[in-house]
Amino acid sequence: MSANNGHSDHSDHAHGHGHHGTHADHGSLKSYLIGFVLAVVLTAIPFWLVMGKVFDKSSVTGIVLLALAAVQVVVHMVYFLHMNTKSEGGWNMLALVFTVMLVVIMLSGSLWVMYHLNHNMMPGMMSGAATSTTPDPRSLP
Amino acid sequence: MNTHTANPHGADMSAQPRYYVREHHPENGTLLGFWIYLMSDCLIFACLFAAYAVLGRNYAGGPTGAEVFELPVVALNTSILLLSSITYGFAMLEMQRDRLRATMIWLAITGLLGACFIYLELSEFAHLIAEGNGPQRSGFLTSFFSLVGTHGLHVTFGIVWLVTLLFQLGRHGLTEANQRRLMCLSMFWHFLDVVWIGVFTFVYLMGVLP
Repeated sequence: MSANNGHSDHSDHAHGHGHHGTHADHGSLKSYLIGFVLAVVLTAIPFWLVMGKVFDKSSVTGIVLLALAAVQVVVHMVYFLHMNTKSEGGWNMLALVFTVMLVVIMLSGSLWVMYHLNHNMMPGMMSGAATSTTPDPRSLP
Repeated sequence: MNTHTANPHGADMSAQPRYYVREHHPENGTLLGFWIYLMSDCLIFACLFAAYAVLGRNYAGGPTGAEVFELPVVALNTSILLLSSITYGFAMLEMQRDRLRATMIWLAITGLLGACFIYLELSEFAHLIAEGNGPQRSGFLTSFFSLVGTHGLHVTFGIVWLVTLLFQLGRHGLTEANQRRLMCLSMFWHFLDVVWIGVFTFVYLMGVLP
């Protein structure tokens, strides 16, 4: 009997919840504040790294910056956009995963192709190399 | 005990069939549809980021990122946008508590912060163009203006939408339709903040690295 009660409580809850028509999880004050503090920290660190010139090598700084940005994107998704695997029956997450996949393919593909293009067009590899070193479009008439 | 054993066979005493409880179908697809729009917007920004990644170091003898970017201004802009994200969050919390006036006040603060952001960005653009470093100067500046300008345009339209919603709220109150609109704008606003993370990291901070 108690199990039955629990079940009907659950269905009441689900019904009441759906009754608003606005079923998404809006988060609480606590989750917004946690997200905000995390975002502030994750924003302050990159600016400090660059403006304070913490690392000597810019490649190290660049990798750290990208990693921090990725973490901050996840923080925003979870605490501000309230993303989880349950929202909209999982369709939100599916669309997100699909988009991320496309973005990764497009970004890495563009960089890869263009890097090799630049590499193969280096002055000296072609006979018409002199034309590629024309300095400034402004100096042309 | 009888009812308990009968339950799995579909003779449920509660009014609703079981599948309504189990699967949570959205009543309308607005929020999902809007999310899919945001994902397509994400692809636009990804193209612009890719263009910047390819062209970002083609200075054509013009200024480099280290010469034209003013990081303190960017830091100020970033904090304004982040602050506007949390104030929008507060507006949503007040909406949940059904407090119209507080919702509208937080929304107005969010809009003002957005306007400050746009003002700072436009003054940065004006400064660059006045010095002859407009989008036509180099591949770097073209991709910079396209990417940052597109983001700024999104924020501008977000502000227009926000003001429209303020009037709607003033006239009709926190109706169900208005709540839905507020939630769409919430997603839009937070999404723009997510894009800005990429902009300040990839364009400004990595742009000034030697």
